Amino acid sequence: MAVTVTRPEQIVDVGLGGGPRPRDGNGFHKNGGSHDGDGGDGLNFSPARYRIGVWVAIGSILMLFVALTSAYIVRSASSNDWKPIAMPKLLWLSTALILVSSITIEVSRRSLKRNNNGAYSRWLINTVVLGAGFVVSQLFAWRQLVRQGVYMASNPYSSFFYLFTAAHGLHLLGGIFALTYLLLRTTKKRATIDGELRRIGAADAATIYWHFMDGLWVGLFALLIFWR
Amino acid sequence: MAEATHPEVHRHPAPTGFIRKYIFSLDHKVIGIQYILLALSAVVVGMIMSVLMRVNLSWPGTHLKIMETLFPQGAPGGVMTPEFYLSLVTMHGTIMVFFVLTTAPQGGFGNYFLPIQIGADDMAFPVLNMMSFWVTFVGFLVLLLAIFAEGNATVGGWISKLGESFAGGSGTVGPIGGWTGYPPLSALGKIAGPGQGAGVNLWIISIAIFCVGSLLGALNFITTLLNMRTRGMSLMRMPLTCWAWFTTAILALLSFPVLLGGGILLLLDRIAGTSFFIPGGLYVSGSTVPLHNGGSPLLWQHLFWFFGHPEVYIAILPGMGATSHILSTFARKPVFGYRAMVFAIFAIGGLGFFVWGHHMFISGMSPYSAVAFSILTLSIGVPSAIKTFNWLGTLWGAKIRFTTPMLFAIGFVSLFVAGGITGLVLGQTSLDFFFHDTYFVTAHFHLVMGVASIFGMFAATYFWFPKMFGRMMNESLGKFHFWITFLGVYAIFVPFHAMGLLGMPRRYASFGEYEFLKNSHSLVLFVTIAAIITVAVQVVFYFNFFWSMFKGKVAGDNPWEATTLEWTIPSPPPHDNFAGVVPVVYHGAYEFSVPGAPNDFIMQTEPEGVALGAELGGASGNGGNGHKA
Ligand code: HEM
Ligand SMILES: [Cu+2]
Repeated sequence: MAVTVTRPEQIVDVGLGGGPRPRDGNGFHKNGGSHDGDGGDGLNFSPARYRIGVWVAIGSILMLFVALTSAYIVRSASSNDWKPIAMPKLLWLSTALILVSSITIEVSRRSLKRNNNGAYSRWLINTVVLGAGFVVSQLFAWRQLVRQGVYMASNPYSSFFYLFTAAHGLHLLGGIFALTYLLLRTTKKRATIDGELRRIGAADAATIYWHFMDGLWVGLFALLIFWR
Repeated sequence: MAEATHPEVHRHPAPTGFIRKYIFSLDHKVIGIQYILLALSAVVVGMIMSVLMRVNLSWPGTHLKIMETLFPQGAPGGVMTPEFYLSLVTMHGTIMVFFVLTTAPQGGFGNYFLPIQIGADDMAFPVLNMMSFWVTFVGFLVLLLAIFAEGNATVGGWISKLGESFAGGSGTVGPIGGWTGYPPLSALGKIAGPGQGAGVNLWIISIAIFCVGSLLGALNFITTLLNMRTRGMSLMRMPLTCWAWFTTAILALLSFPVLLGGGILLLLDRIAGTSFFIPGGLYVSGSTVPLHNGGSPLLWQHLFWFFGHPEVYIAILPGMGATSHILSTFARKPVFGYRAMVFAIFAIGGLGFFVWGHHMFISGMSPYSAVAFSILTLSIGVPSAIKTFNWLGTLWGAKIRFTTPMLFAIGFVSLFVAGGITGLVLGQTSLDFFFHDTYFVTAHFHLVMGVASIFGMFAATYFWFPKMFGRMMNESLGKFHFWITFLGVYAIFVPFHAMGLLGMPRRYASFGEYEFLKNSHSLVLFVTIAAIITVAVQVVFYFNFFWSMFKGKVAGDNPWEATTLEWTIPSPPPHDNFAGVVPVVYHGAYEFSVPGAPNDFIMQTEPEGVALGAELGGASGNGGNGHKA
């Protein structure tokens, strides 16, 4: 039984600006190769590490939200005190901001792959600004609700509303933190292949995470709108 | 074969200062030992609590000076109150499950040996690895704080400053809701009675912190195994230990977030006035609970057990891995049915996510779901039987070397079977109706999860100690420790079954008041004496452990004549494990007694062809190939 992870695009898609990759160690069990020499290579850094790591992290964050949203669905059916609140209009602005930020971060990643470091950092900055805008917009939405007298404890719907937005917001702050790190540490080209692989790997991982945060928000927002 | 080092390969050079070397170390080996020491400390607290419980059950009213000093409110005059007993049950369970069985097997031995066994120089993310330990450690401190926040009015007074819901000092040792923390009582705060204030808050916070630490660890394990296997280390050449740690990490990754989510909801119910789990119109301790409405206590049970059942596999799978590994090594035979073993590990882990309902048969669930949960539960018997069969197959007709680790590995198999059989009983709805919340359940889970895992860890300790510290543990002391512990745990937990059949309920501070239990007092007494002896003999283990670190016989690279990568390098291993050399693997993990080979074992690093020839000097290109004879 071979647990084969077939993700050719992930293995090949390293994009070193044409530079060579050292050896073949990416750690994935290669297709069909159940014979010799198909392990990873413990001593070489491979950017797949960051990518695997971020997907694994996404798996666990997803489980957290699966738990919370299951609770939401069960609770909505468990009694008659469920009172949906009027959705603050600002949330649409938040949604627009985060959707656009997914595009800007993608542009940034592609610039890095084309070896355009200037564009890479510029678009990263744009993404951070959009992300911060999203958080601020969410906070204002909270303030609107508080002004209307809707609190965490008001009713189960509002409890979940605050909980989802807060939990998502915290994870997004983690993303902003990661992007800031990229901005501070990775805007210059590295001298070694290893360093270059690391730089690209980190940017790839942050991008994947950011897209996930985007999708997660859209999913939560849709749940709050359609399952009331 | 050994490749020259690649420049810039090492992510972190060997540290020099004491703090970077032993405290905030990035080295997976140091972190592994830190986890093991944490578990060794936590298990002492858990064991003392279990003895206190037994003493209270056998000799109610016993006066203990030390309890009076530490917990003037919880044990007035040194005599335990019933609430105090319940909080001991809770803390004993919590400490054992989380801080012993989830730390040592995975964070401890997994951390130390998974990278070495796959030929890597460290974990994929050393900084996360360090954080994972220290986060877990903070979680343990918070749990200890919960004990004193409730049990000691002085400490309780400090904690109370945090806010109304942190009122402490009620005279228990922490929360009293059991390790399962069922709402509504656990969600109400101090109006629910003693031990329901600050202690429960701290208990939830501690577990939430623990979840985060475990998740960081799981992330590291999975990435390391997928990304950092050395040349030739194909998945099917990995030792079964690695498969077990990998599966455990996946289970942790998917189940701890659910517990975390549940914990957040529970904490919000307690401190933010929400009603996720609190139904309306509750009447508790003589008054109606105000302001809450509509919550579902069953929702917590679902969230908790969706985590809880995989958790028991998180505890036991590493023990299974270590047992398979050790049985094969000392039977001098390949693991019987390696592929089937890998399959069975995954089957057990996978099925484990669909059986949580068997903890809720009496919750009033639909009989149809109960049947589904029952069938799924019983079906776990199949991969479990495969594993047992293959362990026996490995032992069959072998010339066994009865070392201490081997004895503990065989003990593991015995306990796993003894405890697993009653799982088949409890997995049937009709029988569980009778047995639920009796000592029969306590007997089942102590054998199959508690002591079986502990035996797995003992086996692992005796087996890997020479690699970790460069010296052997004392065999005579080890065997003495094994036999008393082995007989002791059966003497404790077999009578639990009988008590369960008599209908003795779990989580009761005394049985004296019940006519139908009058005759079982001698049984209760017998168990307590067995428990005291068993706990006392652990002193021998601790002595052996620390004494051998300095005074044990020097071990050499490969004292057990084992085949896997950790035995190709010096004991203890150098900072980056393979001294900058990439090991290359040519063989599966269990090539013992291969016909025609010069020795009865072939190291994984032995080049093909050479192994069958005569001269072998330095063939593995790294740290000696371990042939001693
Ligand atoms: C010397 C060995 C041990 C003894 C004598 C012992 C004894 C006990 C006793 C007397 C109880 C309380 C029964 C009740 O009143 O309901 C208990 C509960 C429990 N024990 Fe142990 N125990 C031992 C080892 C372990 C280990 C190694 C584990 C690790 C899993 C463990 C996990 C638990 C759990 C989860 C509970 C249930 C707590 C609850 O009901 O919330 N115990 N044990
Ligand atoms: Cu279960």
